[in-house]
Amino acid sequence: MKLITAILKPFKLDEVKDALQAAGITGMTVSEASGFGRQKGHTEVYRGAEYTVDLVPKVRLEVLVDDADAAAIVDVIVKAAGTGSIGDGKVWTTPVDQVVRVRTGERGTDAI
Amino acid sequence: MGDVVLNSGDTAFILISSALVLLMTPGLAFFYGGMVRTKSVLNMMMMSMVTIGIVSILWVIYGFELAFGYKAESAWYGNFSLSGLGGVVDDFTNNGGVYPIPMLVFAAFQLMFAIITPALISGAIADRAKFVSWGVFVAIWSTVVYFPVAHWVFAFGNKVGDVVTGTGYLAGKGVQDFAGGTAVHINAGAAGLALAIVLGKRIGWRKDPMRPHSLPLVMLGAALLWFGWFGFNAGSALGANGIAGLAFLNTQVAAAAAVIGWLLVEKVRNGHATSLGGASGAVAGLVAITPACAFVAPWAAVVIGFIAGILCALAVSLKYKFGFDDSLDVVGVHLVGGIWGSLAIGFFGTSVVNSIGLDGLFYGGGTALLGKQALGVALVAGYSFIATLIIGYAIEKTIGFRITKDAEIEGIDLKEHAESAYEYASSSRGGANL
Repeated sequence: MKLITAILKPFKLDEVKDALQAAGITGMTVSEASGFGRQKGHTEVYRGAEYTVDLVPKVRLEVLVDDADAAAIVDVIVKAAGTGSIGDGKVWTTPVDQVVRVRTGERGTDAI
Repeated sequence: MGDVVLNSGDTAFILISSALVLLMTPGLAFFYGGMVRTKSVLNMMMMSMVTIGIVSILWVIYGFELAFGYKAESAWYGNFSLSGLGGVVDDFTNNGGVYPIPMLVFAAFQLMFAIITPALISGAIADRAKFVSWGVFVAIWSTVVYFPVAHWVFAFGNKVGDVVTGTGYLAGKGVQDFAGGTAVHINAGAAGLALAIVLGKRIGWRKDPMRPHSLPLVMLGAALLWFGWFGFNAGSALGANGIAGLAFLNTQVAAAAAVIGWLLVEKVRNGHATSLGGASGAVAGLVAITPACAFVAPWAAVVIGFIAGILCALAVSLKYKFGFDDSLDVVGVHLVGGIWGSLAIGFFGTSVVNSIGLDGLFYGGGTALLGKQALGVALVAGYSFIATLIIGYAIEKTIGFRITKDAEIEGIDLKEHAESAYEYASSSRGGANL
């Protein structure tokens, strides 16, 4: 099993979510995040005084998938999240040892 | 009062105007509160709230008498009396002439001005003043600075027959200040500069981001200030009449023009017109038109407001150049806007719109009026700045004026008020007496 983690532009969340559902994904976890990559932060101006805001608002999306599906789902996310401009985010996968569904006690791929 | 008959229309208008002016101080609390960080919004708002408490009490005990009592017949202060305002209940307002409204209605109206003036100063010392010391400052400053200065500017004397006694110094000199460009805004602005110097810069000033935590609160505050300002300026006519109407319209168009002026500066200089700029522009225009609102034609109010917006948008950067942490720009908006508005009467003032008005430079009056206005500006700014420095340092050396470094970093709300404005995590316990 794999955990796919995606850092997205917040306004791309709906598109990514719809694309994942169309690809058969039935559950996900989304949280608000902030950070910066190559695009760095942005500048805000208050009464003429400039402030550099380093941490940009992002959305963190997490999905659990079978090993066999991982590559395809990553592609779905990358395709839906991309705008072609700097700051589109990142997607990565991590191996997962065990998954348990709390209600039934099912384990492994049955719990995904 | 002889054959004077109470005018219910005038009285109703001044009562309502008084309520409008009071609303400006909570409005100011929102305006200032939104501009500070989450850890100090409550203290910022409380500085205004406690000012309402302190000044209202002082006003009844001796403040109104010190500003508008005429028995001492002095140009510099009113009357030293602890009358508690019990003796004037049946009197009509007498301020350079008898107005058909009760003296206590005038006292209530003027009280609201006495409240907002020290509250305005609090913006200069955001995040770092001991709350008790602020309260002591408000009491002393009101007594030593506001009440006498209000007498200089607003007290036109007690008129009995043709004899007028106890006229304030600047009023007697013919300095024109309809609603408080000198007594309120220059006074508060100069005091703000002095207190910013006394308290010093906040920890991390110019290094740490000190962004406004809630611009919607700032917008709400600006809206309440703008609304209340109609009472401030139009109410200063002390009657529901043509002068009040002129002041009302001038107030509106000056604020509107200043919004445009400030936003234009931002758009050209920074590339973006900001909400903080729009709110600040409105206040700058309101400040500038305050002294002039009943002495200039509406077209001139537009010009005065537009220039105020541009001037103040540029002036708020001065603190970085000179290195004083006037946190919320009391100097850049109220001192600069107040000076501009007071001097503008010397150019745009005209007796055409107001029989007690004088002609300024553009109406063939020469520089005489401009000279009077400059006298008013210089005297009030100079006295307020020096007196506030002395009061500020006296408080600093005795009970201390600034909170500790740790308290400032952790947040003044928690240290001074044992509260936090916004709940981020519900992991807490208690509710009864722990």
